[in-house]
Amino acid sequence: MWGKCGDMTVLTIKPTAEDHRIAYLAALAIALMLMEAALPSPLPGVKPGLANIVTLLVLKQYGLRTAFWVAGLRVVAGSILLGSFLTPGFMLSLGGALASLAVLWLARGLPERYFGAVSLSVLAAFAHIAAQLTIVSLWLMPGVNVFYLSPAFAAAAWLFGLSNGLVAAYLLKNPGWGKQQGNGQYESAA
Amino acid sequence: MNAYRSAIALLGRGDWAVLATGAVAVMALVVHYWMSPAGQHLVIKRGGNVFLTASLARAFSVEVPGPLGVTQVEVVNHRARVRSDPGPRQLCVHQGWISHEGEAAICLPNQVSVEIVGQVRRYDSLNY
Repeated sequence: MWGKCGDMTVLTIKPTAEDHRIAYLAALAIALMLMEAALPSPLPGVKPGLANIVTLLVLKQYGLRTAFWVAGLRVVAGSILLGSFLTPGFMLSLGGALASLAVLWLARGLPERYFGAVSLSVLAAFAHIAAQLTIVSLWLMPGVNVFYLSPAFAAAAWLFGLSNGLVAAYLLKNPGWGKQQGNGQYESAA
Repeated sequence: MNAYRSAIALLGRGDWAVLATGAVAVMALVVHYWMSPAGQHLVIKRGGNVFLTASLARAFSVEVPGPLGVTQVEVVNHRARVRSDPGPRQLCVHQGWISHEGEAAICLPNQVSVEIVGQVRRYDSLNY
């Protein structure tokens, strides 16, 4: 919105309720991502991906568009905070997130009665690791048989996909928990 | 036990199907990548042509001259590795020991590749 303030023209950006929601949820996802970055990992690249719980909750409650924004902001802003923006690690993160979102988009046709958050979480985790292994093998380490490690990565994806999916399913089933802790906050702020 | 039961309650029929399919996929990857039969022979190629074919049964080491310098390959305990390579990124050296049929270490800059093959080769040829 343009307005006059003395001699200067002032541009005021009015954030919508959805902007607030996206910013709040992305901040939550970034906090989880940073916490996780401090944890040691037995195999480089094997992480629980706790931020994906936020993506799943957003997807179920607000739809794919909002989930896309939250995941994208988390990858970009999180990498800036970690100092890995535009590094190979960032490219892997971005590739994994895009592949996960693509699979979630494809899975939107699955009947919700039978396929809950756990299905989406496991499918997204497999897409994530498949995309990352492909990027490593085609771009970062061509000629190295990285798929030799794929059973370990796939097993981790299965396990963490299940655990994240269970957490998301629990939070969706007990909406009071999320509402009290956060979802209500931006509503009152906006 | 209570937490276990409430976790089960969160899973729909489709979730079980996805989990089962995922577990089968993981098992298939394990069988394909980790349980393939150990190879019996090693083929070293230089610039696409076979430089040396040898058995993995006996320990030895060999120096393969390439355009950048000498790539050293060694065989110990039925496993092979590239011990040293003049390439800038050392990818084939860092790959470490290879012993399963179909595994290969490729030193692209020096145009040397080391491949493990079985009694019967699964592929007619591998091109890089």
